[in-house]
Amino acid sequence: MELQTVDADSECPECFEAVSLKAVMQHEIVQCAGCGVDLEVIELDPVALELAPEEEEDWGE
Amino acid sequence: MRIGVLYSRVRPEEKLLFAELERRPADVELIDDRRVVLALGGSSALEPPFDFDVVFDRSLSYSRALVNLRVLADRGVATVNPARVIENCGDKVRTSSLLQAASVPTPATRVASTPEAALLAIEELGYPVVMKPTVGSWGRLIARINDRDAAEALLEHKSTLGSYQHSIFYLQRYVDKPERDIRAFVAGGRTLCAIYRRAPHWITNTARGASTENCPVTPEIDDLCRRAARAVGGGLLAVDLVEDRDRGLLVLEVNHTMEFRNSIAPTGVDIPARMIDFVERVGTVGWDEAQEPEAA
Repeated sequence: MELQTVDADSECPECFEAVSLKAVMQHEIVQCAGCGVDLEVIELDPVALELAPEEEEDWGE
Repeated sequence: MRIGVLYSRVRPEEKLLFAELERRPADVELIDDRRVVLALGGSSALEPPFDFDVVFDRSLSYSRALVNLRVLADRGVATVNPARVIENCGDKVRTSSLLQAASVPTPATRVASTPEAALLAIEELGYPVVMKPTVGSWGRLIARINDRDAAEALLEHKSTLGSYQHSIFYLQRYVDKPERDIRAFVAGGRTLCAIYRRAPHWITNTARGASTENCPVTPEIDDLCRRAARAVGGGLLAVDLVEDRDRGLLVLEVNHTMEFRNSIAPTGVDIPARMIDFVERVGTVGWDEAQEPEAA
């Protein structure tokens, strides 16, 4: 398996703060330093961020 | 070897596990569980090919994991962990019952089906009592009940506002622990390492900000963890223990899809590597044989 990762600059879709991404992979969860929301990297080329889904009741470990 | 990995989102744990898999010669396929369609009764191009030697489950959702892994089990695909282990760990009533059957010490626990019976059970246990949802994690919706007024209010709220999953009341005598609990990691019948989780709050969960430090695995911790793991069916598990001032170490719960991001540095153990070792072992020798620790 070869993991595809990218470095990129993007923007938080919630607060529009700049988000600097280092070696992220598709579907990785990153946090916006501006507003603290969780974001999901939904695309790598070009990089696209989306608000990560809210925590659901049966989620856990 | 072909390994499939079911995942919901790529958290630090998944990234570490994927990086470990990348270092191995196995043929690995990552499967986003949000996109899985299962074909029952006929085939479908929408269903991913599950032609794996083993499927490693990292789903966040208890119900999604159960559905997928039950179907894979029916098709003879080995999974880590299997659906039965996830069911045993994900449902606290089931876990407590299995731990009791295996004589693993646990906090005094009562299960009731009506608010009236729950109130009787709470009064019998004595305050404070902890009420937990039967399915849930990360310390969500856990309540400490300090007196009868709080008990009556909480039972009424759960009965009125809760979904059907909240119609079963899982109640535990509060353990007055020393501002910490213990989390131990078990793989195939071997206790890998353990951490203390410290917090001034009574919920000592790293998802809620508890700090971590290494906890030496004593023979007692090792024995309890291996017995608890065996009780729920074995596999890759995180066992939570509390130190009761009167009764000593008690097993609180067993987690089937463990988080470990805060446990590698304090323990010095490469937890993701040991997890992948176990997954590969299941893929090679099968589930039953993989439960016996390999000779060192």
